Amino acid sequence: MLDAILNFEILRNTFYTGLIVGLLAPLLGTFIVVRRLSLIADGLSHVTLAGISFGLFMQKQHTLLLLTPFHTGIIFSIIGSIVIENLRGVYKAFQEIAIPITLSIGVGLSVVFIALADGINTDIYAYLFGSVAAVSRSDLYLILITAVFVITVIIFLYKELFALSFDEEFATVSGIRAKVIHYLFIIMTALVIAASIRIVGVLLVSALMTLPVATAMRVAKSFKQTIIYSIIYGEVAVIIGLISGYYLEIPPGGTIVITSAILLGSTLLIKKWYLAYIYKG
Amino acid sequence: MTNLITVNGVTHRYDKHKVLEDVSFSIKKGSFIGLVGPNGSGKTTIIKLMLGLEKLQKGTVETFGKPIEKFHNKGHISFVSQKANSFSRGFPATAKEVVSMGLTSKVSPLRPTTKKYEYMIFEALDRVNMMEYANHNIGDLSGGQQQRIFIARAIVNNPSLLILDEPTVGVDTENVEQFYQLLSQLNKELGITLILVSHDIGTITTHVTDLLCLNKSVHYHGNPSDFEQMTDEQRSTLYGHDMHTITHEH
Repeated sequence: MLDAILNFEILRNTFYTGLIVGLLAPLLGTFIVVRRLSLIADGLSHVTLAGISFGLFMQKQHTLLLLTPFHTGIIFSIIGSIVIENLRGVYKAFQEIAIPITLSIGVGLSVVFIALADGINTDIYAYLFGSVAAVSRSDLYLILITAVFVITVIIFLYKELFALSFDEEFATVSGIRAKVIHYLFIIMTALVIAASIRIVGVLLVSALMTLPVATAMRVAKSFKQTIIYSIIYGEVAVIIGLISGYYLEIPPGGTIVITSAILLGSTLLIKKWYLAYIYKG
Repeated sequence: MTNLITVNGVTHRYDKHKVLEDVSFSIKKGSFIGLVGPNGSGKTTIIKLMLGLEKLQKGTVETFGKPIEKFHNKGHISFVSQKANSFSRGFPATAKEVVSMGLTSKVSPLRPTTKKYEYMIFEALDRVNMMEYANHNIGDLSGGQQQRIFIARAIVNNPSLLILDEPTVGVDTENVEQFYQLLSQLNKELGITLILVSHDIGTITTHVTDLLCLNKSVHYHGNPSDFEQMTDEQRSTLYGHDMHTITHEH
């Protein structure tokens, strides 16, 4: 694969994108998991699919030529994230209901636009399960800008995000502007989901945000460690998944998630054996 | 003595249900107030109004000389909520990380966590006798230990006023007395003004300097020893609620 990466730009772009989302998805995923919002990625990824299908439909109509389906996916994802945050405010006692509402609207719109475009074709297949050859140079630039934005915001607002995730009431009393930060966070999530879809696909993007975090939580002793281990697990899964997907000719979404699941399973087993050994000793 | 908080004519409703009616009182600097009342008497609501977590419907609240609507908390007031001990026990954070949350308004990336802040965190942990648990996961600690960590988080930023909403919920009875002693120390040694919300009058009267009985409106505000000398009947009339003092033996 190394030869191919060196010789083919599109594979190189995919590999770089993989490394970026392997960092961003678990980074945001840690905050998402501890805030018990794991399903938000599923909701937003299906809204992104609606945007992608809309883009494909528009391409077929030869309109919106400046915007690719990737761009319309990002736009829909951001709109979806704002809708979710507003719905969470409306249904304060049942905040989780915001996710199935957005998810079902996303799927509904996707079905309509896919049918209006060409039905299920190779493009849609790549968006659903990921692809090793889907990232153009302009996509890569957009993903790089997303990465710079997300990492900068996390560095600047780490303390606020951490305090809000743990105890929103205390954070608000301390003078943290919870509403602004919630919106900023969910928009970042929308951007990272749209970026990750090129590699892992709509159906598996939430796995890249939650499986590495679930694994890290079993071994980390602090919040910072959880973030670092999540990123390490995420990167290992992306690298092994992309390489194996390339050689086995399987969409990388599947191989990345299977690798993440193997890492999770083996970590759980090793931890169990380790604890049994300690207690025995 | 300066008033840190002045509540004047506050009435509050949830839908049609009136929870507070014409409540007025003031909190003097350096005092240790016991805010008591039966369940549903509006204790948590008045706290939320004083903290700006609920919008005022009628009346005024003045905090540190400013109307609550214009007050921006920069570490003057800190809070230990009833919910603090119902956080997700699996949350992957150490006790030290939890305490560091109290410094959020001070720490920024341009002023990274310096040695001074590390020192403040350890000083707060030491103050609540939890230094040796600094690197323990918060979920692995007992209810009483967790509440001490939340106190450390609340005092790390050196607040002038600390409000605690039923902080002993989930704390073992044998640790409750120690917990109140810790609060008395914070009041006397650090000069922090305290408002302790509780439905347990019996225990707190021995520690607080002022007692504020609330049941929709203020029924008593004054010295706890005067309150203790009253008969149960007098208190029930005052309180607007049938009540008997429970004596705790420690």
